[in-house]
Amino acid sequence: MTSILTKGMGEIDIDERQLITFTSGLIGFDKFTRFALLDAPQKPYFFLQSADLAELNFILLDPFLFRPDYEVDIPDDLAALIGMKKPDDALILAIVTVPPGGGPITANLMGPLVICRSSRQGTQLVQADPRWQIKHDVMAELAASRKQ
Amino acid sequence: MLILTRKINEKVIINEDIIVSIIEIRGDMVKVGIEAPRSVKVFRSEVYEAIQNENRMAAESELQLPQIELGS
Repeated sequence: MTSILTKGMGEIDIDERQLITFTSGLIGFDKFTRFALLDAPQKPYFFLQSADLAELNFILLDPFLFRPDYEVDIPDDLAALIGMKKPDDALILAIVTVPPGGGPITANLMGPLVICRSSRQGTQLVQADPRWQIKHDVMAELAASRKQ
Repeated sequence: MLILTRKINEKVIINEDIIVSIIEIRGDMVKVGIEAPRSVKVFRSEVYEAIQNENRMAAESELQLPQIELGS
């Protein structure tokens, strides 16, 4: 057990197994490599909380919740880089933006996070597929997926 | 920063395993071929910048999260 300072939940105790290393950081945040993957107080969200800077926190969602047709293409070399040996070792999560002034919450499906469960290492992918954009309206996609 | 001039079909080799080729020059457009190991991340700078900006906005998110009704 170790304790970290969080943006949304004060100081909390976490299990070492919740710590994920992003060796090259997230895009634009390359200095921060140690994060804790936490359940947000509200399901089904997760927090990716920097273990080194309390103010740095990302909100995550399972993209398959609102886009059952979502696909992620993980290059073999990149999979090897994070110690991923088989596809079911991969945890795919999308970073969510909740605009402070209100407005729809969006998920970034162009730059998903890929986390290897066994090695607890992660990376942010950049996908070239034009179906996956930087801002997907989560509620609209969810409603559309339920009509099908 | 290294600045150099290349003609069409000429190449630049970076770090022994990355090859940048000038494939076509037409008007103000240059077609570039990049051969690199798959672990090397190559993107158009605007894609990289867009994701970087979105990451920054995501980090400024409100922590009041709208409710998502989970289906049965």
